[in-house]
Amino acid sequence: MKKFIAIMLVALAAFSAFAGGSSEQSATVSTDGSTSMEKVILSLAEQYMIDNPGVNVTYNPTGSGTGITAAPEGRCDIGLSSRALKDSEVESGLKQTIVALDGIAIIVNADNSISDLSIQQIADLFTGKIANWSEVGGPDAPVVAIGREAGSGTRDGFESITGTEDACTYSQELTSTGAVITAVSQNPGAIGYASLASNLDQVKAVTVEGVVATEDTVKSGEYKIQRPFVFATTSDAPLSDAAQKFFDYCVSADAASIIAGAGAVPTAE
Amino acid sequence: MNIRQFIAEKGYKDNPRRLAEDLIHLVFLVLGLVAVGSVLVITAYLVVSGLPAIVKIGPVEFLFGTRWASTASEPEFGILPFILTSIYGTAGAIIIGVPIGFFAAVYLAKMAPKKVRDSMELCIGVLAGIPSVVYGLVGMTILVPGIRILFGVPDGATLLAAIIVLAVMILPSVINVSLTALQAVPREYEEASLALGATSTETYFRVTVPAAKSGIFTAIVLGIGRAIGEAMAIMMVAGNVANMPSIFRSVRFLTTAVASEMSYSSGLQREALFSIALVLFLFIMLINAVLNVLKTGGKSR
Repeated sequence: MKKFIAIMLVALAAFSAFAGGSSEQSATVSTDGSTSMEKVILSLAEQYMIDNPGVNVTYNPTGSGTGITAAPEGRCDIGLSSRALKDSEVESGLKQTIVALDGIAIIVNADNSISDLSIQQIADLFTGKIANWSEVGGPDAPVVAIGREAGSGTRDGFESITGTEDACTYSQELTSTGAVITAVSQNPGAIGYASLASNLDQVKAVTVEGVVATEDTVKSGEYKIQRPFVFATTSDAPLSDAAQKFFDYCVSADAASIIAGAGAVPTAE
Repeated sequence: MNIRQFIAEKGYKDNPRRLAEDLIHLVFLVLGLVAVGSVLVITAYLVVSGLPAIVKIGPVEFLFGTRWASTASEPEFGILPFILTSIYGTAGAIIIGVPIGFFAAVYLAKMAPKKVRDSMELCIGVLAGIPSVVYGLVGMTILVPGIRILFGVPDGATLLAAIIVLAVMILPSVINVSLTALQAVPREYEEASLALGATSTETYFRVTVPAAKSGIFTAIVLGIGRAIGEAMAIMMVAGNVANMPSIFRSVRFLTTAVASEMSYSSGLQREALFSIALVLFLFIMLINAVLNVLKTGGKSR
């Protein structure tokens, strides 16, 4: 019993020494908002916390709307939004900084003769208004719309850009980009969407209104199916020291590879 | 009671072996409680996290609502499509899987030559050991395109694909349990029947099978349990759209409803997923209760 107590004491001492050592310069940076930005923000936070021990970056996945209101209300340091801020929101004292762009490729089966679609056509194909590929100049085959599960950032992005929120009639809702690509590659009538960063070798990415989806066309704004990932900060009060450092890191060129690794197009050169 | 008193009372001082014995019993009791504790924790957790959403949404809207749109601007949480899909899917798997499994078990138990039986039993063992993600993968790459071409439907990811995958997946448990039941029928029953002039096939189906009835029912219920609880394989072949079930439509089961939206869910959507899990849990409990009745029923006869 004595031995046991001794071991416990040693363990306790060791633990407190360890905890004391790391809490010397502890600071928290809180982010709140867009669920689509989860992968980007968590990758950035992970790398930042490795480089700066003692700083804790938190992320609360609540949605863009909540993120935008959370920053001015002081509920977080940095609000995250996967849409550009509205003029009214900027006027109310918010500053927007675009950290990355999210490009979404529209993919069809490799055997499909279609190679270009307009955004309206894409929307109609997904809502079921166009039910046969021959209506857009393709082969006589039924359209099979394949998408992501509710809550997915890619789905949210695609539907908000094409204006098809809650209106898509999917024939499959799959839980990963890879599954969507596989399903599209197997069905000659399939159309789907996938993050630009994924491997699209098995399928054909169509041009949208004549523009090929690449990192460059997303950056230049020519490729239409894209949206910004925004940091919303309040312009009334300065960020805390730790938050400002994290903010600077995210918009720096150092973070570009991390952002690209998370599937988005970095804006920093 | 202090420790000294306790030791004196139990007589551990004079009899150290009794102390060892009691300690071992205690260890086994704790190990046994791990399983019981897990069940209790899971049940309590599901009820606590699943009930609030049912109350918020309203039990009737939740259980009998026909539209599930969890992330819409005006979200709707009706899980009737999932409940019906799970029931239809499981029923379909039973309708296809049980006859195959049952006749295979009769053949293996009574008619197959030893060599054939050994190799078939080996195959069934392997089938039981295949992970469900592999069933899903094969279903996705062979069955789904196959259904599309064979039936001329736009997309093969349908309830039918899920039923076929489930039917194959329940085969090992149906075959193994029925086989054990058939082999447990006393040899004398069959000999008596044969001596009365019945052919061997008549004997198997009029004597052996009725005698093994409760075991075969157990096999079916086990199959139902396996089919209704499967998620991974059918998530890959059923398309996962929250449609009301129909054989050539993409459907979502109770299990896949939880699994497919869990990763990005938040707020009421997440709570509702726990409520679906609770409903699924009740289904499984019901099946287990039926199984227990069948088992005790079999013994008393």
